[in-house]
Amino acid sequence: MSIEAALLCAVDPVGLGGVALRAPPGPERDAWLAGFRALLGDTPWRRIPPDLSDNRLLGGLDLTATLALGRPVAEAGVLAAVDGGVLVIAMAERMAASTAARIAGVIDAREVTVAREGVALHVPTRFCTILLDEGIEADEIAPAALLDRLAFHAQPMALPPPESLHAARALLPSVTVPDAILDALVAAAAALGIASPRAVLLTLAAARAAAALDGDTQVDEDHAARATRLVLGPRATIAPPAEELQEESPPPPETPPDETPPDDEDAPMPSPAQLQELLLAAAAANLPPDLLDRARIQALAARTAGGRGDAARAPAKRGRPIGARPGEPRGDARLAVLDTLRAAAPWQALRARPPGARIALRREDFRIRRFRRRNETTAIFAVDASGSAALNRLAEAKGAVELLLAEAYVRRDRVALIGFRGTTAEVLLPPTQALARAKRGLAGLPGGGTTPLASGIDAAAALALSERRAGRAALVILLTDGRGNIARDGGQGHARATTDALDAARQLRAAGTPIILLDTAPRPQAAARALAEAAGAVYLPMPMADAARMSRAASAAAARLR
Amino acid sequence: MMDGSAAPRVLTRKPVFPFTAIVGQEEMKLALLLAAVEPMMGGVLALGDRGTGKSTAVRALAQLLPDMAVIAGCKYNCDPGVGCAMGCGCAGTTFVPVPVIDLPLGASEDRLVGALDLERALTRGEKAFEPGLLARAHRGFLYIDEVNLLEDHLVDLLLDVAASGENVVEREGISLRHPARFVLIGSGNPEEGELRPQLLDRFGLAVELRTPQDIPTRVEVVRRRDSFDRDSAGFMARFAAQEVAQREAIIAARALLPDVETPDEVLTQAATLCQALGTDGLRGELTLLRAARALTALEGRAEISLADLRRVALPALRHRLRRNPLDDASSSSRVERAVSETLP
Repeated sequence: MSIEAALLCAVDPVGLGGVALRAPPGPERDAWLAGFRALLGDTPWRRIPPDLSDNRLLGGLDLTATLALGRPVAEAGVLAAVDGGVLVIAMAERMAASTAARIAGVIDAREVTVAREGVALHVPTRFCTILLDEGIEADEIAPAALLDRLAFHAQPMALPPPESLHAARALLPSVTVPDAILDALVAAAAALGIASPRAVLLTLAAARAAAALDGDTQVDEDHAARATRLVLGPRATIAPPAEELQEESPPPPETPPDETPPDDEDAPMPSPAQLQELLLAAAAANLPPDLLDRARIQALAARTAGGRGDAARAPAKRGRPIGARPGEPRGDARLAVLDTLRAAAPWQALRARPPGARIALRREDFRIRRFRRRNETTAIFAVDASGSAALNRLAEAKGAVELLLAEAYVRRDRVALIGFRGTTAEVLLPPTQALARAKRGLAGLPGGGTTPLASGIDAAAALALSERRAGRAALVILLTDGRGNIARDGGQGHARATTDALDAARQLRAAGTPIILLDTAPRPQAAARALAEAAGAVYLPMPMADAARMSRAASAAAARLR
Repeated sequence: MMDGSAAPRVLTRKPVFPFTAIVGQEEMKLALLLAAVEPMMGGVLALGDRGTGKSTAVRALAQLLPDMAVIAGCKYNCDPGVGCAMGCGCAGTTFVPVPVIDLPLGASEDRLVGALDLERALTRGEKAFEPGLLARAHRGFLYIDEVNLLEDHLVDLLLDVAASGENVVEREGISLRHPARFVLIGSGNPEEGELRPQLLDRFGLAVELRTPQDIPTRVEVVRRRDSFDRDSAGFMARFAAQEVAQREAIIAARALLPDVETPDEVLTQAATLCQALGTDGLRGELTLLRAARALTALEGRAEISLADLRRVALPALRHRLRRNPLDDASSSSRVERAVSETLP
């Protein structure tokens, strides 16, 4: 797929935005990049790290030249310099949302606007962006604002030797799109759960490029299908509804089933329904692998947004430095020496220097360091330890907690475990980062007996609240089949137990705690679904809940809170 | 490397998507028009999904606005009818497009508030003030895209100036103040970070944008954008007449605005509604009335009706509610409920 993406993108590099390559660094990626560069020919090519400063990215005052010449000299940043060429962003999964927003703004406005350091300038620039996304986990991904603007999301592979694209580029402006195809593309995007109109515009541009490559002046259904597979497929959040699609999912880029036979030159356009089916089948050949879990986790992320946000909401005093701001170095604030000198430098000629002083510093020169604060997260597992399936369920939950702990050890996150059985819920493992202690606590977790579901949820809610008071984000992962039989007061009875459990779930939701409910019953239970709804939880039926999948779902959700 | 004179360059006007060609998003379009009619309303905050045309609408509005009179050569956009606030000795009147100033992400404080003129300081050793973006936005609009990603210290500064209408500069040995009354327009994607309540409250109207759900609308969005991208001049020509009509409606509404009557019943109902919702302070009521008045003027009527109140209640109030942890209904549905319960 990335071969075709490269060809299309080389025909219309600016119109298609670019390519996001998700893969670890390696020979395939290098070969793809080299091949793409050869396709484009002699154009500017700039590679930047994800944490480039505003000065380098957008531009600012060129300090050396300013001091040497004695008048302000502005320096254009990378985004202006790359006009007409390719911007390669390395390790894009680590780029901050704010940096991505700056680049996205420049892509949209087609110019760099600088308003910094006494410099005001507008420089027109249009470029193609290649994101090198080296993320491994589902949540380690290049910024959405940029992904949205790049037509292609693909895996790199070596490209064939470059061909001349002059003819295709010359033809491109005259390629037209029939209305029926445009209608079908919009409908296909809607059916795949793709909200952004940009995706459809990029698909249109890709279809035009495909037509131009073929030497056609009108987009036909084959061009549209190819564009759909490349652009809409990877963006899908809903699997296409068609039944037969499941069967024909194997990835080889199959040609759509009812492709026009070679003999009918001017075959009539297929009916709208056929056209849409064809496009959906094309998209189905290139769906993201973890489509279902991803959609659910995105839903959770949307609901809990804000917890994540961008760096440094409240001033942090420690963590990773992310630049400097004006301020006085007193109290906890730490002086940023270089930035302070930088701020003072232009004024030296103007300021009267105190006798014997090498440099005249004023109060307004002082810059203090800004830090990015890490949000710590606590994942609270509340495990239904009742009944016959408990042993199996508990074993898997223990496995998941251990996997999460190993990860938490790296990320400094915490894990807690609550078990509920008999008539009460018990905190078996208070929030901890200690692997050894957690393992000891888990080993002794017994199972069996009745199901005090409401008490279990209440205990999780109380723990979540205390974690939040301590300044940590909490995430509750509830493992149950949703069928409680012990009410809050310890009384027996299915009906009262259910009412209490739903009530507890609603309270948990009202507190704003994000919840994942893993339905551990052999087949998905209505009771568990109702509980998930009341709690506003992400519902994941996991009949075979295996530890690895459970911990993956939890850590993806936790990453959204971070 | 390029020579960067500190003065902003004159731009050749880029093609801008016409305001009247925007499909759907009626709430946002209305909010922007109301802000254009009544700058005192307090600006507009547009929050929504990616690709819903937030920035497009703001830039389109800029093109729609009638020119304004300024003192020729005044760096602070002073009104010739009032006289130059800075007494910089400039005189004469010219007409310029209403400034719609973009606050680019990564803007530094000195460009926002203004600072010592580097050029003159370095070459001639003179202390002179170079006005910043706040001065340029005076009597116009200040647009912050991705407002939720703006650095905190800039947000604080903006809030202060927006509240006082005056920019106070105390830096680099310069001490001055100049008028900076502007309409604040912010846009952002709430998934990328929340806005502080203090900043939310500063915006007069808050609109929520969603991707249109029905296919014909989505087709039309894509079709218009696509034809604009491919032939912007032809596309703009198609909408030229509608743009002129819309501009004239704004001019007429501004003229009518001071004469719009506010019946006592409307005042009472506005107060009742705000009380029912428990909005803090009087800002909600004021905005509600100003927005309703602007709407009345925009539609060429002489007296605010309860229907006008009803139409602006949602954008005027939805961002002023205290979060109630026991009520998980969205702010919008709470306002809608209160409107249907309190307004007869």
